[in-house]
Amino acid sequence: MTFIRYFIITLMLLGAALPAHAQLADTELAALVDALAPGSFKDREAAIGNLVASGDQRAVPVLETLLEGELYFDEASGKVVFTSAPSGKGAIADPITGADLPDLAEGGLEKVKVNNNLRRVLRTAIGQMTLLSPIRDMRLSAAQSILRDADPAQLDLLDTALAAEADPAIGRVMDQARAVIMLKSPDASVEDKAAAVPVVQAIGGRDALNTLTAALATAPAEIQPAINQAIEGLARDRAAWDVAQNVWFGISLGSVLLLAAIGLAITFGVMGVINMAHGEMVMLGAYTTFVVQEIIRQNYPGLFDWSLAIALPLAFLVTGLVGVAIERGIIRFLYGRPLETLLATWGLSLIIQQAVQRIFTANIREVGNPSWMSGSFELGGLAITWNRFYIVIFAALVFAALLLVLKYTAIGLHMRAVTQNRRMASAMGIRTPLVDAMTFGLGSGIAGLAGVALSQIGNVSPNLGQGYIIDSFMVVVFGGVGNLWGTFVGALTLGIANKFIEPYAGAVLGKIIILVLIILFIQRRPRGLFALKGRSVEA
Amino acid sequence: MITQALFRALDRKAIWLVAILLLVAIAVPASNLLLPDGNPLRLPNYAVPLFGKYLTYAMLALALDLVWGYCGILSLGHGAFFAIGGYAMGMYLMRQIGTRGVYANPTLPDFMVFLNWKELPWYWLGMDNFWFAMVMVVLVPGLLAFVFGFLAFRSRVTGVYLSIITQAMTYALLLAFFRNDMGFGGNNGLTDFKDILGQSISAPATRAALFAASAIALALAVLACSLIVNSKLGKVMVAVRDAESRTRFLGYRVEYVKLFAFVVSAIIAGIAGALYVPQVGIINPSEFEPANSIEVVIWTAVGGRGTIIGPIIGGILVNVGKSYFTGAFPEYWLFALGALFVVTTLFLPKGIVGLIGQYRAATTRREQHAPTPRTVDAEPQPRPAE
Repeated sequence: MTFIRYFIITLMLLGAALPAHAQLADTELAALVDALAPGSFKDREAAIGNLVASGDQRAVPVLETLLEGELYFDEASGKVVFTSAPSGKGAIADPITGADLPDLAEGGLEKVKVNNNLRRVLRTAIGQMTLLSPIRDMRLSAAQSILRDADPAQLDLLDTALAAEADPAIGRVMDQARAVIMLKSPDASVEDKAAAVPVVQAIGGRDALNTLTAALATAPAEIQPAINQAIEGLARDRAAWDVAQNVWFGISLGSVLLLAAIGLAITFGVMGVINMAHGEMVMLGAYTTFVVQEIIRQNYPGLFDWSLAIALPLAFLVTGLVGVAIERGIIRFLYGRPLETLLATWGLSLIIQQAVQRIFTANIREVGNPSWMSGSFELGGLAITWNRFYIVIFAALVFAALLLVLKYTAIGLHMRAVTQNRRMASAMGIRTPLVDAMTFGLGSGIAGLAGVALSQIGNVSPNLGQGYIIDSFMVVVFGGVGNLWGTFVGALTLGIANKFIEPYAGAVLGKIIILVLIILFIQRRPRGLFALKGRSVEA
Repeated sequence: MITQALFRALDRKAIWLVAILLLVAIAVPASNLLLPDGNPLRLPNYAVPLFGKYLTYAMLALALDLVWGYCGILSLGHGAFFAIGGYAMGMYLMRQIGTRGVYANPTLPDFMVFLNWKELPWYWLGMDNFWFAMVMVVLVPGLLAFVFGFLAFRSRVTGVYLSIITQAMTYALLLAFFRNDMGFGGNNGLTDFKDILGQSISAPATRAALFAASAIALALAVLACSLIVNSKLGKVMVAVRDAESRTRFLGYRVEYVKLFAFVVSAIIAGIAGALYVPQVGIINPSEFEPANSIEVVIWTAVGGRGTIIGPIIGGILVNVGKSYFTGAFPEYWLFALGALFVVTTLFLPKGIVGLIGQYRAATTRREQHAPTPRTVDAEPQPRPAE
């Protein structure tokens, strides 16, 4: 209730910015409010009536506090006050202005008493003040609150408000609230109930389903088929939304896999080597984000929302440079020996992990979400968190950018040429060692970008990369290295398949099934979905 | 006749190796059991199963060498065969606990009672019989390798792709064995063993016998591998390693050659696992970790792949080093291991054995630049297009 009170106060402050509707001077209102304290219950009822008649929205929290039995007055001065803690404890404040009243002492307070009759009067009064309020948001929230509670006692008031309502959006909510009350109330006529069924169905969602299921038990026989039909319809909608939700989760997982695998795919495609340290590049990207955020938090807290924008290029740079260093320092000496490269990069991954663990300790680090990435929004029956949403967008952007780089830049052209035929490309004057270094740097840089994204949906620890590396391999093996679309299709397929198997088989078994399916799939297409076609024979 | 043929088929080194291993199989238990306490030559009790463990690791490295060093198949999933062999042995040992478990159930292992299972799953039946369990130690890894290899080699999955899917195989098994409803003890695996063949598993005599069994098994594996690689089939295996397509064009059924090597190797790994479990006293799903399987590769590489003795030296040396490092400087072990991977692949492509060979070649003033085949991975180009 306290929460609602603050909510309404906030609304009032919003309302106060608008031209004043029936707003009294503070002193006048204070007199009306103070009139709640003295006298009998009957006097109090009259005082409530006066407050309603004033139409001043600032009275609503006072009435609500009174309904909760938490309204107090100072015995000496007769002033009605709010207290910050229940049972008359805590700081004492003015009920209208919210200003502190340090002169009053907790010991001098007396509770404003209410009885059952007064509570009923109060409910109606609050309903009247809010439902009939001139402030649109106030009416809307009042209507929504009635829809939630569906108290049959409010029906008359609701009808009055409905007749007076001009805003179609609020009118719809009121209609829905009325329909829910009709279905709930035992006194409502059969026609009213029958008319209410389609309205409730139109609300949709789990609440409507519950209302209808509850109504089915008490409903007269003639409208039961209609209710059943409505329930079925809702269940169908629900199932459809569930599928949509799974698809969304799948896309979300797929985009994470895409980010993690795409760098791996291009290095594998161009150089034919598997970089086992790829997961560690992801991890370094995530730690870069962590460091950037720590620096911002300590020195420039105002820039926090920009931390990711700063971390992205930095992570790309850091991991890209590490990648180039690995290529120049180790991989080029293992040229032509892909299996040894795999082992050497695995050794590197152990060293990097251990080094990061020494520097940052093995503790899990939490990277904060900027404000625009926290929370969630609803799209129909889907609940979508902003961070997942932005990661999907980000993955798509990275993918598109990479496609453009490969297609329209010189280095992209060289990379494609080397992928297709290294010797021929070399014969045409392409400096394949340079292309190798650039490719490795690019692939590692993208892994760094993936690390920034992954830091937003999970914790950062030295073995962050390990969790993604096998899945990334699977994406590359499944998609093939012929072109980037293979990785794209591979990542999304695996992501969605994973999320669809999960509800039936559980997360672990689902993963096992996917792995087995990939092992079987690769029997049919040993080079993945999008294999590079050509005429040379290996070895 | 037969022994003569055998001697002719084996090279001298392998015979020496077998002889040394048999000697060790006698000497180590004798020194532990017969010499009195305080004698400087007496091995302490804790060392016997530790050395036994190294021998089983060496056997695993040898198994990997057969497929990688001789046939060019880099399996990143050999730890899976090792662990499956270990689980088969573990199941036998679990059934021997009987009523001495915490719940004193005569047939069900503790973890099943704990999970409220009413009867043994079918795949646990018969595991109380030692010989049946030993058949399973050979059969299950062999069968898995056969099915997996048949599918993979037939459709010509090679090189890095094969490595990755073997890794996926062991990863899938890791996840599967972590599940409680698989009936293999889930996270905790199988442990608390009491008896093997009616003897207490912690008694020094049993441990000495297990050590001797490990040494003899390793000697037999050396014998088997040596016979295989010196046979005509062994030559074809090397040919497949060095030029797969060429061998195929010459009319050999490459996939069957590979399948044979893979299955034999898996069986050796399974036996190694079965000997490993009673000596360390536990088997759990972490043995399936992909990282473990990759570690085996480095043992083989350090010792020298494509030789029989190399992986044995590598397996023992690296693990002795690991025991020392993880005790003395635990935080530096992974650095050392990682560096080992990098240094070995960069500077010691033929491992310690290769180094010794080079040194010898240099001292005997033969051709210093003896043509050493560098294309061990059968791919002179980084995966050219098909």
